[in-house]
Amino acid sequence: MTDVAEELDCRGLRCPLPVIRLANHLPNLPVGATIAVVTDDPAARPDIPAWCRMRGQEYAGEDRANDGVPRFLVRRLH
Amino acid sequence: VATTVPEPPPRAGSGYLDGGSSEPLHPAAREVLLDALELGYADPLRLHSSARRARLLLDNARAATAECLGVREDEVSFTSSGTEAVHRGLLGLARGRERVSRRLVHSAVEHSAVFSAARWWRQYADGAVDVLPVDHRGRVDLTPPEPAGVLAVQLANPEVGTVQPLAEVFTRAGETPVFVDACAAGARLPLPDGWSAAALSAHKWGGPSGVGVLLVRKGARWRPPFPTDDRVDPRVAGFENVPAVLAAAAALQARVAERDELNRRDAGFAAQVRACLSGVPDVEVHGDPEARLPHLVSFSSLYVDGEALVGELDRRGSAVASGSACTASALEPSHVLVAMGALTHGNVRVTFSRSTTADDVEALCAALPQVVAGLRTRSGA
Repeated sequence: MTDVAEELDCRGLRCPLPVIRLANHLPNLPVGATIAVVTDDPAARPDIPAWCRMRGQEYAGEDRANDGVPRFLVRRLH
Repeated sequence: VATTVPEPPPRAGSGYLDGGSSEPLHPAAREVLLDALELGYADPLRLHSSARRARLLLDNARAATAECLGVREDEVSFTSSGTEAVHRGLLGLARGRERVSRRLVHSAVEHSAVFSAARWWRQYADGAVDVLPVDHRGRVDLTPPEPAGVLAVQLANPEVGTVQPLAEVFTRAGETPVFVDACAAGARLPLPDGWSAAALSAHKWGGPSGVGVLLVRKGARWRPPFPTDDRVDPRVAGFENVPAVLAAAAALQARVAERDELNRRDAGFAAQVRACLSGVPDVEVHGDPEARLPHLVSFSSLYVDGEALVGELDRRGSAVASGSACTASALEPSHVLVAMGALTHGNVRVTFSRSTTADDVEALCAALPQVVAGLRTRSGA
């Protein structure tokens, strides 16, 4: 189980808001820490990995929040 | 309810940059369509002079279409849309091979018409379906597939413009018949030899909407997947739309004659749009940079809402399409962008048509950087 430093509740937000929240919050974390984005936006599954590729951050996979909503993990690399 | 047309049709310079969805009618098609509406109303199967005239127009349409596409006249069928041509072409090949294999294989970036045909094949014909992945440019992965009944690979992708390596696909397919959806290319690229069936759509080359072309290679094992009737063409059913297919053929002839000139012009327009985009931060341009349709530029802008982007460009006079989710036309992001691993939000597809002008392109390039920057500020990015 990945140790998550911060969880962003983006339930009900439409694209591109979950990715904007992710971009705004990641700099608050220390390098090496993992942030989780909880979102039911269907564009998040392709767009969070694409954002990581464009920004040189690490996409660390997908699991689910307690209520079953998808949760996407991103590790800060720089 | 009024059935009159309230406004004049779009003219050159109207800012219409969505020819990939549908092109304005070619002037050559308009003239033929109006004449043929007067003369081509009769049933081409009857024996009187009005019928013979309709039959002559229909035969002319078939002959002209065959000549433009470099195929035999008996390989050409007219359908009611490109989608119908895809359904009949692909499923007819699948049926023709069902004793060998009921497995239908298609690329992950096919048009939704191929996906819907594949779903039908699985649901109602007890078939199996496999999807071939693509690389980040949208090119189909040529890892030799397991033996299949039929393989479907497009000529070019309608959303990102990547031209598929069909010569290699045909070689690797071996005995497996290949169905080629050529709709997105319009009349811009010749159809390479090696297909068993193919589909085209007339409104992508300036013909009227409601006309598709199904090509079935002579000798291919193709069986009608849906009911047919005893009319002119045994591969399709229903009363022939003689004026529309003749107008479609006239537009095709004109476009094939103009092909090289238009492709050169469009490649210049596309280079201009890409140059403009290179000055906008965090924009990803999609598709193969070399093997591509000349008239299409697709890109995604980080932190921008696709629907707002289309709306804002429309307010400034540029009509473009989007493959982003959360736009009025789709809840899910484009399956093409997803398959390529591309960014799906903030997506715009710009496509030039015959009537596109340099002013249309300049207006878009003037608006884009400001619109993207404005929307980013508004969304708090």
